[in-house]
Amino acid sequence: MIRLKGVSRTFPTRDGEVAALRDLDLDIAENQFVAVVGRSGCGKSTLLRLIAGLLEPTGGALTIDGAPVGRPRQDVVLMHQLPALLPWRTALGNVMLPVEIRRLPRDEYRARAADLLDSVGLAGFHQRHPYELSGGMQQRVALCRALIQRPRVLLMDEPFSALDALTREELATQLQAMHLAAPATTVFVTHSIPEAVLLADRVVVLGTRPGRVRRVLDVGIPRPRSFGPNAYVARAAEYVAELHDLLLEE
Amino acid sequence: MNRWSPPVLGTLGAVALWWGATAVFGIRPLFLPAPPDIVAAFRAQPGYLMRAAGATLGVTAAGFAIAVVTGLLVAVALTASRTLERAALPVLVALNSVPKVAIAPLLVVWLGFGSQPKIVLVLLICVFPVVVATMAGLTSTPAELGELGRSLSASGWQTYVKIRLPWALPQMFTGLKVAVSLAVIGAVVAEISQPGGGLGAVVVLSGMSFDTPLAFAAIVLLALLSTALFYLVVGLERLLVPWARAISG
Repeated sequence: MIRLKGVSRTFPTRDGEVAALRDLDLDIAENQFVAVVGRSGCGKSTLLRLIAGLLEPTGGALTIDGAPVGRPRQDVVLMHQLPALLPWRTALGNVMLPVEIRRLPRDEYRARAADLLDSVGLAGFHQRHPYELSGGMQQRVALCRALIQRPRVLLMDEPFSALDALTREELATQLQAMHLAAPATTVFVTHSIPEAVLLADRVVVLGTRPGRVRRVLDVGIPRPRSFGPNAYVARAAEYVAELHDLLLEE
Repeated sequence: MNRWSPPVLGTLGAVALWWGATAVFGIRPLFLPAPPDIVAAFRAQPGYLMRAAGATLGVTAAGFAIAVVTGLLVAVALTASRTLERAALPVLVALNSVPKVAIAPLLVVWLGFGSQPKIVLVLLICVFPVVVATMAGLTSTPAELGELGRSLSASGWQTYVKIRLPWALPQMFTGLKVAVSLAVIGAVVAEISQPGGGLGAVVVLSGMSFDTPLAFAAIVLLALLSTALFYLVVGLERLLVPWARAISG
């Protein structure tokens, strides 16, 4: 359970303090999938970095399972917009990086790393270097690296935004399948409303300058969901339209 | 045309032009010896010249190796602490601007007549590009890789060994390629100021006895030595950082 109570974060700038987030209240239940949407400058990335322990709140309280977050935790993983792979390591080597840095038993995790890569469709690419892989494949490797230590909390900062539309949908569907198979509490920042509706149990709409929660929308569509023709297309479209208006009217 | 023909043709062309000039203008070997004169000078005393080349190579390699290690350590220290960088960098720049030729006799006073002052001169002349290039590499770690390290709670040591140093290697090699040519120059400067051995000494001594072909033989050997060392570094770069060429397009 992630709990934010009156969380604020300001940054010093030349024109004085600027608030990125102000008085944010949000509870995220165990294994829930929460999508965060909002216009640029609503503090979405700041929110993720606070939960990741890379930034400290300047006000309020942020706890995971009751413990205040002050620095990065082993069971919380942040995934970036860019794959951030090490170019001198193979796909498998990149997935193993957290294992080496955390000094976990390598032999045990190597099999898991290989399984993860297989599960995202990179079966023949374990020994390839990032520059030999497409953008979508690189982001899949980054996803495997995020999942290698079985995180309880997965934070994703627009992870698919640098990909083409089809690859993006493919990866979102794959992420949904992985979440159903091995659930983790997930906070997923995105600019794509359909992506949020496909993936999330709840969609949090943030307002801008300073960032605050404007609305929390529960998505009541049964899983597994799909972008293709299905029985819930009309309901999904309603959610999308509602979120669209919410974002535009600000 | 295969990949080796342009450099081979270029080199042969330059030698032919030189040879042709000496023949057409009737230049005496005392001023500018033709290629056959130089080959003859080499074949007259190959043992002497190869021993001299070996001495120069030894001094160059020792000084260069120490410069690589020192340069790397200095760069890591300077990038680890902003305060240290601000305190030490101006001193380094000032020291680097001192003409090394002027220091060569002083080094003999301080360190005596052995290979030590020569190795130190090589170190002084070629360490700076290693420091500057490695620092540039170490400070160019992309933000997302830095954040990756922090989010994994990597220690300072792990961050350097697993992320920052490998990332700095391509830029460090740029410095090494500049430094290796400077290292040969440093060795020759030291040998000229203290002509006890090495190809630099051969140039000085043969110049005194007006044996220009011998001086040219030594200079040609120096050029070959320098070129070989440069391409050795290039080969090492391709071996160690094959990914750098691939990601820089």
